[in-house]
Amino acid sequence: MANKVQGWSRRDVLAVAGAGAVAVAAPRTARATPQEADDLVKKLVGGAAAKEGKVQLKLKDVAESGAAEAVAVAVDSPMTAADHVKAIHVVAEGNPAPGVSSWFLTPRSGKAEVAFRMRLAKTQVVRAYAVMSDGSVWTAKQEIKVTIGGCGG
Amino acid sequence: MAAPAIKSRIPAKAKKGEIIEIKAQITHDMETGQRKDAAGKTIPRRIINKFVCTWNNDVIVSSDWHTAMSANPFVTCYALATDSGKIKLTFHDDSGEVYEQVTDITVE
Repeated sequence: MANKVQGWSRRDVLAVAGAGAVAVAAPRTARATPQEADDLVKKLVGGAAAKEGKVQLKLKDVAESGAAEAVAVAVDSPMTAADHVKAIHVVAEGNPAPGVSSWFLTPRSGKAEVAFRMRLAKTQVVRAYAVMSDGSVWTAKQEIKVTIGGCGG
Repeated sequence: MAAPAIKSRIPAKAKKGEIIEIKAQITHDMETGQRKDAAGKTIPRRIINKFVCTWNNDVIVSSDWHTAMSANPFVTCYALATDSGKIKLTFHDDSGEVYEQVTDITVE
């Protein structure tokens, strides 16, 4: 068998190729974890427990490009002086840094909605948090599949 | 990097009490500090870290941005039309530079 003559079996080649893939992947482990995302959220919204609901996180299930994926966050709120959204935070669990952006709204914002484009390093869960004027915290999350990451390197 | 340019879409007129949509984009590389150049040297981080929208100097929306914001950030926010005046968009660069755009709006 030609492979044997050269001292490489098909199995050897695959084993080495596999090891190479691991070596290439290893330096890329500098990613945030859900735990780091949780820590950041604690810093952003304080100790209040986030309840699911009120927040609508609009993003695609599969990202077209990890470099600039459209994200919109809308919160169910009348936006009056007595009852409005004070802050919207967007956090990514799988990017090198979990913070994406924090938006601080006022009754003058009229509508509790923001939209922007974000980078996604890999397939991951994106979370949105809304802090209300009464101090309650609401959240929504969604997984987004990413085939081409957008954090360079 | 070329000097950042700001493009925005803000209505020229609005009725009092109407909620208007503000769209803005700034040309900016939003360099994350994660990338390396051809020589293997890390390219230093340089992003827009803060965006503020004011209406006659009252803050409508302010936001803190991190490296996960895309290059040439394109954002949408909303404002309640109260009185005629100026809407100012301000972008704060890591370098300390501040880029501004002022748009006039008439409220009837």
